[in-house]
Order: sequence, then C-alpha cells, then structure tokens
Amino acid sequence: MSVQLVRERWNGSAQEMTLGRHPHAVKVGGESTLPFLHFEGSMPNRPVLALEVTDTSPQDWPGVLSEPYREVMGDPVHWAMACEKEGADLVALKLDSCHPEKENADPEQAARTAAAVAEAINVPLIVLGCGDESKDAEVLPIAAKALQGHNCLLGTVTADNYKPVVAACIEYHHNVVATSPLDINLAKQLNILISDMDLPLHRIAMDPSIGPLGYGIEYAYSIIERMRIGALTGDIMLSPPVICMVGEEAWKTKEAQSSDVPEWGDWKRRAVLWEAVTASVLLQAGGHIMVLRHPESLALVKAQIDDLMRK
Amino acid sequence: MLLISERINGMFKDIREAIKKRDPQPVQERVLRQVKAGAHYLDVNTGPAVPAEEQPAVMEWLVTVVQECCDLPCCIDAPNTKSIEAGLKVHRGKAIINSTSADQHKMDELFPLAKEYGAAIIGLAMNESGVPKNASDRLALAMEVVANADIHGIDMHDLYIDPLILPVNVAQEHVVEVLETIRQVKLLADPAPHTVLGISNVSQGIQNRSLVNRTFLVMAMSAGLDAAILDVEDDALLDAAATANILLNREVYCDSYLKVFRKR
Repeated sequence: MSVQLVRERWNGSAQEMTLGRHPHAVKVGGESTLPFLHFEGSMPNRPVLALEVTDTSPQDWPGVLSEPYREVMGDPVHWAMACEKEGADLVALKLDSCHPEKENADPEQAARTAAAVAEAINVPLIVLGCGDESKDAEVLPIAAKALQGHNCLLGTVTADNYKPVVAACIEYHHNVVATSPLDINLAKQLNILISDMDLPLHRIAMDPSIGPLGYGIEYAYSIIERMRIGALTGDIMLSPPVICMVGEEAWKTKEAQSSDVPEWGDWKRRAVLWEAVTASVLLQAGGHIMVLRHPESLALVKAQIDDLMRK
Repeated sequence: MLLISERINGMFKDIREAIKKRDPQPVQERVLRQVKAGAHYLDVNTGPAVPAEEQPAVMEWLVTVVQECCDLPCCIDAPNTKSIEAGLKVHRGKAIINSTSADQHKMDELFPLAKEYGAAIIGLAMNESGVPKNASDRLALAMEVVANADIHGIDMHDLYIDPLILPVNVAQEHVVEVLETIRQVKLLADPAPHTVLGISNVSQGIQNRSLVNRTFLVMAMSAGLDAAILDVEDDALLDAAATANILLNREVYCDSYLKVFRKR
C-alpha cells in the first residue's frame, strides 16, 4: 500500500546570505522548507561549519581541545590556515585579546591580525569581538575597515551596541551577527532596529544564544525552530539565517571539561561527541552556521550533513 | 492577514473625477498612500458612475495606471465579467477576482477565467435570492462555491469566501451569523478556503464608523478571518488588526510590531 506524504505549504523562505569573495564565497540559507525536508521545498544551500580561532592563546581550553592546535596556538594566521586544511567552510576569529579584563589589546592591533588572517585563507572569515559590549563597539568598526573587500561576518552585536558596528558593516560591506539572550521577541526587535539602519536582512545572521546538550538545548531548539517557521510563514523579520556558537558552549560543560571520570567513557571521544551532538541537534532545529572548535567534531557533523543533504 | 485596500474605487470622489478626466495623477497619489499604509492588494473598482459599456476600457486604464506606480497586485472588482477580463489582461502578478456569487451562470464564467489567468477569486455566500439571513444558509452557498471551484481545478488557497456583512443598523442580527460562517467555512474543505470581508460595510450610514470597523475586524479575526477589504489609511484600524494578530499568536511579538505589520 502506498503512503501519501503529508506536505506542508509555506509562503516564505529564509534569507540567502553570501559570505566571502568569489571564487570561494559561501552561501547559506535561502530554504523554503524546514531542515532537510527536500520533498517539501528547496534547500539550496547546505548548512556550513566554522572552526574557531582566537587571537591569543586561550587559557580555558581543555587539553583534548588544544591538542590538535598545539603547534599553531598563539599564531592566529597559521591556526586559521590549519582550520582551513581541516575542512572548515569558514574560520571564526575571536578577538579575545581586546577584552578589558584580559590583555585589553589595542583595536588597531586586533584589526591588523584579522586582516592578516583574512589574507592567509581562502574561506570566508567570521570576526567575533571579545564579548565586552562597549569594547566590541570600538573594535569591530576598526576591524571592518581593515577587512574591506573580504565580505566578512562581524559580531556579535546587541541592542545596546549595534549602531557603530552596523554603520561600519554598511560602509565596508560586511554582514553582522545580531545576538539576543534566548529570546525570540528581542531577536526579532534587533533585526528591525538593524534593518531600520538600511542593512538588508540577508546581511544579518541571528545568534539566538544556545545552551549545549544537557544544558538547556531545548530552549535554543525551540527558539530556532520558531525563527525558521516564522520565516517560512512570511515573517520577514525572522528570516535571516541563524548562527550557533556551539564550540564555545559545548566545551564549557563538565562532560567536555572533566578528564577524571572514567565511567563516562573516553574523555576525548565524549567531549568531541558533546560538541558534535549539540551541533547536530541545532541543525535539525534550523541553524545555518555552526561555529565549532574541535576538528574531529567538524568531520563528524560534516559527514552527517552530507547524509542529510542527499535527496 | 491579507490587507486589501478599498480606496481605488470610483465611489470615492477623487477617483471618480480622475476616471472622468482620465487623469492618472490623483489615482497614483492615492495608490502610493495605500502602499505606504501597508496594503498588500489594491481593490480596483470603476464605480457605478461609469456607463456599463465603458466599464471594460475604464478597468483596463485603471489597472494600468495603478500598476505603473507600484508593485502591488490588484483585486479586480467589477459586477460584470467583461470588465474583470479587461483588467486581468493588463494585470501584472497574481490578481484576485472580486467576485463571483454562488449563481451557477456566474461561477461558470468566472472560475474558468480565474484558471486561465492564474488569479485567486472571491466567492460570495449569496445568490440571486439575496444575502441569506443565517449562517447555515450562507454556508450552503459557500459550499456551492467550494464545490464549483474544485470542479474547475481552483486551488483552495486561491479561493476566498466572503460571507457578506451588512450595515449593523440595517441588519444587526447578521453580525453573529457572519462570524459563525467564518468559523465554519474552515470545515468545508481540507485544505480550507480562505475567508474575506469588506469591513467598511458594517458601518455604512452610522456614527463612530472607525470604532465599529475596528471592533468588528478584531472579532472577525478572532473567528479566523484571513483577509479584509478595508481602509488601510485608518491607523487605529490597522493598529487593532496588528494587535489582534499578536494576541491570536499568528505572529511572533516584538516591541515594533505595529510597524512590522505595515511592512509586509
């Protein structure tokens, strides 16, 4: 007996964002269906995976995470090149050195590092600030100028610091990551504020904030799913693509950090799986760009995307 | 919620005069105000002052003039098939035909036309005997429309049932019947047809028109109304619709929801 598939009809689609430069530009989003339902609508672009690089040696990365980057940590240019070699679709450079409570580095210096990284790799570059709202509002516009022509994704910005960063993204032609604290209403409002400055919606990526596996991932799942359904039902203010800071969150968990709990299984395997499964869940919710840390989780998630994109 | 502007209609003096002189400027000025106010469709009607034999040519002129200055599609509103076809011939995008009644001869003319031009179509829950008094008679006629649309291969997503509202001072008892019809139209087919109402009709000839219009619109939305022909320049009416849209959980809330509602 044949079974007739129930097909949902949608009247909207997600924005399609282009990052980087020809011939290595990467497109994300643009789908007119929920994730991987190829029978229901089109999903013209596969979700993409970035590997994270910091401009200063991270102090809080556990041994199993820093091990693959042992020879390049502290050298962001070579580190980024290593990530590209591992198969990352994009590199996400975090300008941690600028944090006022860390090195409080000069924004010009950080911007020079970002430009050197962008020149050294072919894949598109995501540039993330240090997480301090007022410092990022200072650093990111300077980085935007130094990266002119690279069509990067810069962020993250909040409702309190978006103005100078968005203005710089418009002037130097970049895209922006708009972050909100697990709150779909604020995410939508921030998109409105940014698009009111005349940055088109296809140049915004929404960072909904995520909880990793076991630490509130269901909240992130539900918000991303509502964002995606919003886009598909014609709510254009929820149509920008979604970026998930998976590595940053997954590697904070005790499952990824603890080396001395043998009953939880092999540490490295467990930690890598924690990151990969977190990404895998958020892909099903409708995330478009996953920022990861470990090259092995990148390989695992990539293989899964290959399977899911097979029609 | 599909917002169809009622304003490009020869019943209004500025449009009537413009039609008489074939002067596009007042029409286009009014069109741009509808676009700015947030209309998704423009109902285009030559009005009763144009002699029947001139109506097709006037409709052709009016649709052309309207679409010269904006990208919005039209809801082509005329009592006769010739005028509707004249409008469809020059129309860009997906038009809505306004409208067929549940009379067999009307449906036999207009559904093939909708199919030929890929247009959506409004079906009125009335026939030559007039507007029914209660919900069940309205639904019986709506079912005639649904069945005939289906026979002609019209997608239910392209069919809008109008249960017809009458002025509240003339037919007060009709309001609850109309609301009940909206609820039950959704049970006539799967997928269900859409519903539409000409909102301003409810307040013809009475005081406090804007208040009555927006109260009725919110009630109708709560019953499941999908589309409305209305005065998009009535800010309070659109604010009420935007707020109902949020309260009915049809759209995700944000602080700027009133503005977003007009941005589609």
